[in-house]
Amino acid sequence: MSEIKETCLHPFHTELHARMEEFAGYDMPIVYTTIQAEHLAVRNDVGMFDVSHMGEIEVRGKDALKFVDYIFTNEILSKPFGKVVYGFMLYENGTIVDDLLVYLVNQENVFLVVNASNIAKDYAWIVEQTEGFDVTIVNLSEEYSEVAVQGPNAETKIKEVFGLDLSELSFFTFGRFLINGDEYLISRTGYTGEDGFEIYGSNLDIPFIWEKLHLAGVTPCGLGSRDTLRFEAALPLYGHEISDQISPISAGLKIFVRVEEKSDFIGKGSLLKEIELGSDKKVVGIELNEKAIPRQGYPVFMGDEQVGVITTGYLSISLDKPIAMALIDKKASKKDTQIFVGIRKKMVPGFVRDKKFLKKNYKTN
Amino acid sequence: MSKIVEGLLYSESHEWVKVESEGIVIVGITDYAQSQLGSVVFVDLPEAGTKLQREVEFGAVESVKAASDLISPVSGEIMEINEDLIGEPELVNEDAFSAWMLKVELSKPEELDKLMSAAQYAELIK
Repeated sequence: MSEIKETCLHPFHTELHARMEEFAGYDMPIVYTTIQAEHLAVRNDVGMFDVSHMGEIEVRGKDALKFVDYIFTNEILSKPFGKVVYGFMLYENGTIVDDLLVYLVNQENVFLVVNASNIAKDYAWIVEQTEGFDVTIVNLSEEYSEVAVQGPNAETKIKEVFGLDLSELSFFTFGRFLINGDEYLISRTGYTGEDGFEIYGSNLDIPFIWEKLHLAGVTPCGLGSRDTLRFEAALPLYGHEISDQISPISAGLKIFVRVEEKSDFIGKGSLLKEIELGSDKKVVGIELNEKAIPRQGYPVFMGDEQVGVITTGYLSISLDKPIAMALIDKKASKKDTQIFVGIRKKMVPGFVRDKKFLKKNYKTN
Repeated sequence: MSKIVEGLLYSESHEWVKVESEGIVIVGITDYAQSQLGSVVFVDLPEAGTKLQREVEFGAVESVKAASDLISPVSGEIMEINEDLIGEPELVNEDAFSAWMLKVELSKPEELDKLMSAAQYAELIK
C-alpha cells in the first residue's frame, strides 16, 4: 500500500477539524460542520471544495485535437477553443473507462480532467491508444491543485474577493486569469447542479485562493456534500452510475455521445449495436413511498424478483424525500413501475421516476 | 469529550440501558455513538410488540452518508417506541440520553449483568 497523499490544502482541513477519510489515495475532508449545512450553502449561497485530488492529463502535439476526438464520445472538432466538453472514454465493448471534462486549449493542446480514482488507469489507457498519432501524453495531476467554487453567489464572491469579473465567462467555457500576479485556469463548470467555477492552479498558488475565499465567508464543503449535491442534480459518479460494466447508453447519458455525428471513436461500433438492439439495463430514478433511505447496493424488486440495485440514494437534503438512482432491468425501467427496495428486513414500496430530482441552476447565457 | 451518564448500563455496541422498574428497561444510543455518526437524519425502529434478542440488530440509525445498525443490548418485547424520533431524528444528536428509542419488557432480566457500568464504558471509548 502506498502512502496516503495530502493536497496542498490539507493544513486548512485539519485546522478546521474536518472529518478526514482516505479517498482515491488522498486524505480528503468529508465534512467540516454538517453535510446539510454545507449542501445548503451551495444551493443558496456559495461553498468551496478542495478537489485537488482530481486528475489532469495534457495531450500535446500536432494531432492533439484529432487524437482526443478519437478517444472521446462527445463532439469537439466543431467547438471553438476555450470550450469545455463533458463526455466519456470507452473501451471497444462500449463500457466506460472514465467520464471526463475536455478543455479545448488549441489544435495542439487539449487538457483532460479525469476522476481521481482513475488517474493511473486512464493515463495508461490513453497512452496505449496513441499509436499512429503525433501526440505526447503528460500526467500533470501532481502539479495541479483545484478549488471548486459553487453556488448562486460564486460569481459575485469571486469578484468581491479578487476583483475578477467572470460574468463574461459563459457556461462550460474557460480562460486563463491572473489573480495576485499568478495565473489560474478557470472554467464555469462544476459538479453540484449550481452555477459556479473550477479554479486550477499550482500547488503553491491554490492555498491563496482558498484562504482568501474562506476569510470572505465562503463555506468550506467536504466530499460528503459534494456527493449529495451531484446526486440531486442526477450527475453520475464513476463506480456508481457508470463503470467499466456499463455503457453510456444504458446509463441514460446518450446526449454526451455523438454516434451519428462523429465518424469514429473507440467504442462506437458497440454503442451502435446497443442502440439498435436496445439495452438490457437502464439507470433510472426511484422514489420511495415512505420514509427510509435507499442506499448503494440495496436490491430493487418487482414483485418477488430482483430486477436491479441502487447505485446512489439519499434522503434528499433539498427535497426531504427518499430518492435514488438505480441500475435495473429494462422490463422494470418504465416510469411509474411499482417496485420495492430491500432495506434491512423490510421491503419498502416505491416507484420508478425520471432523474430530474432538482432543477439545475446553471447560468447558461 | 463524550458525555456518559452515571447509573445507566452500557453495551459494547454503544447502546445505553436504563432500568425503569422491575423487568422494564429503556434503550437508546450513547452520546459517543451519535458523535461518531454525525447528523442523524432517520431512525428506523421496529413496531411495538416486536421481540428482541440480545446482540441482534433491531433497527438502524442513519446519517446522511451511512446507516448504522442498532443492536439490542437485551432480550424481550418492545412495549413502546419513541415516536418523536420519527419526525425529529436530530433529537439523537441534541441529547442522546434523552432521545430514548425503545421501552422493553425483559424476557431474560439476568442479561443485565452482562452490560457495562458507566466507568467500564468510559474505559471502552477512551
